[in-house]
Amino acid sequence: MTMTVSAVSITGIRTAIRNGETTARETTEGYLNRIREQDSRIHAFLSVDRDYALAQAQRIDKLQSEGETLPPLAGVPVAIKDVLALEGLPATAGSKILEGYRPPYTATAVKKLADAGAVFLGKLNCDEFAMGSSNENSAYGAVHNPHDLDRVPGGSSGGSAAAVAAGMAVATLGTDTGGSIRQPASFCGVVGVLPTYGRVSRYGLIAFASSLDRVGPFAANIRDAATILSVIAGHDPMDATSSPLPVPNYTAELDKGVRGMTLGVPAEYFAEGLDPEVKGAIEGGIERLRTAGAEIRKISLPHTRYAIPAYYVIATAEASSNLARFDGVRYGLRAPQSDTLGTMYRRTRDLGFGAEVKRRILLGTYVLSHGYYDAYYRKAQQVRRLLADDFLRAFKEVDAILTPTAPTPAFRIGEKSDDPVAMYLADIYTVTASLAGICGVSVPCGKSRDGLPIGMQILGRHFDEGTVFRVGRALENVIAD
Amino acid sequence: MPETERVSLEDVRRVAELGYLELMPEEESRMRRDLNAILDYVAQLGELDTAAVQPMAQVAELLGTADDVQTEKASVLREDAVRPCLPRESVMTSAPETDGIFFKVPRVIER
Repeated sequence: MTMTVSAVSITGIRTAIRNGETTARETTEGYLNRIREQDSRIHAFLSVDRDYALAQAQRIDKLQSEGETLPPLAGVPVAIKDVLALEGLPATAGSKILEGYRPPYTATAVKKLADAGAVFLGKLNCDEFAMGSSNENSAYGAVHNPHDLDRVPGGSSGGSAAAVAAGMAVATLGTDTGGSIRQPASFCGVVGVLPTYGRVSRYGLIAFASSLDRVGPFAANIRDAATILSVIAGHDPMDATSSPLPVPNYTAELDKGVRGMTLGVPAEYFAEGLDPEVKGAIEGGIERLRTAGAEIRKISLPHTRYAIPAYYVIATAEASSNLARFDGVRYGLRAPQSDTLGTMYRRTRDLGFGAEVKRRILLGTYVLSHGYYDAYYRKAQQVRRLLADDFLRAFKEVDAILTPTAPTPAFRIGEKSDDPVAMYLADIYTVTASLAGICGVSVPCGKSRDGLPIGMQILGRHFDEGTVFRVGRALENVIAD
Repeated sequence: MPETERVSLEDVRRVAELGYLELMPEEESRMRRDLNAILDYVAQLGELDTAAVQPMAQVAELLGTADDVQTEKASVLREDAVRPCLPRESVMTSAPETDGIFFKVPRVIER
């Protein structure tokens, strides 16, 4: 059974409300009904708050009836990954340790969506603390890929990708630390955006690895994704790493095409381990971009194969530190009947954390511990610089880089869940941009013989999302032909 | 080949203790297996000579923003001013145990 992406767009919804063809309430009810019909099979949502959504829709309908100008996302049904705080709604991060927690504040990116008139349908399933590549690490059960329910949607933002793919939201927010937006976008056949590190505030995001974590949108097409990024990007005094650079209008130059652009194709991303069908689809997409006027240039990013090991040292080290805050004292779960504080900490964390989270805390603690710091953590940070330098060098001669997003289409549920290294390799083409801090997007680029989506990753310079979107839009045009 | 293993059962117990994790015996042996598999994979970083490479801790330094921290402190550091924060009641609502003012915890001194 295949469920297709809804043809509805952000501007379509706003225009229909403005012209009186529909109301925000009617639109919201339509999406809530679709969630009720579809989500028992997909399990993209961890919580749906009907009253909350309808109250927001009513505000938009009131603006419209009073003849006010509608905000840019007026009445657009959205949903957010459950690692992002929205005051008063649950925020589990896919973990038992935050069951029942309702944050007393709202994440900046979420607040910006709300201020722009978006209607929040609910919170989306994900791997526990965003640690995973298949969404099987959610403490609340796996998400199923809408294109084939026996397959994973990718991870960790699996719910965010699946909700858009199944037409249960027009756009969603996810987070990407090593590929957690791009890889599920590829597996589910939607657009997923990795903004430059610092482009979108992380305030209100439950942290996994702070030097890598980013918040970004999913949508059915580049235009909607660019519209959402224009809304959520920008400096935030609550996040010291957010950039003061001005936010361009990302939709203004979308249709300028790729003529005159130089696009790099790195040999290292087409080597052993790449599924032949994925290879064929991506090479086909690249050929069509050449026909559309781009100059295609072969490049080398020589340190690519060291990205996964460097990433798993750095990300787990940062995670072991970030996850120290879950201690049963201030919020979330507390193990009952512990007679001392130390016992309470240990029992709470044992009850509250799943196996992958424990594995990463242990690994992170190990690589930071006395005697191993230089051999692992410092070494990984040095390799991180080599990887970043690879990109800086490449971007002197190309405007953007084209690669597969993932080495395979969506794999089967259970296929890799007992082998952490095999699972980590699902991120082999995405962790590089995470470590370098550059921006990127995954755009649908054909399907396998089994009808599974394949995504092309388009990577761009720091703060050059505009170019990445332009190439993505050009790809949409040539793939649709 | 237990004698070439990077991580022993004892190491697993030591880092579990450091990370305040309580592991069941079967979890300990699974974690030993997994950590060794992951660290064997990580070992390939040793192929690279990085003696002359500065570690990269975060992205801002790559963009030159880190230099500003030394030269133009005023432009990157916010003013150290008192600002409103979340009301105590709304925070304490989430606490597992509270008297309304403080977080309550079990006995801190163990002996």
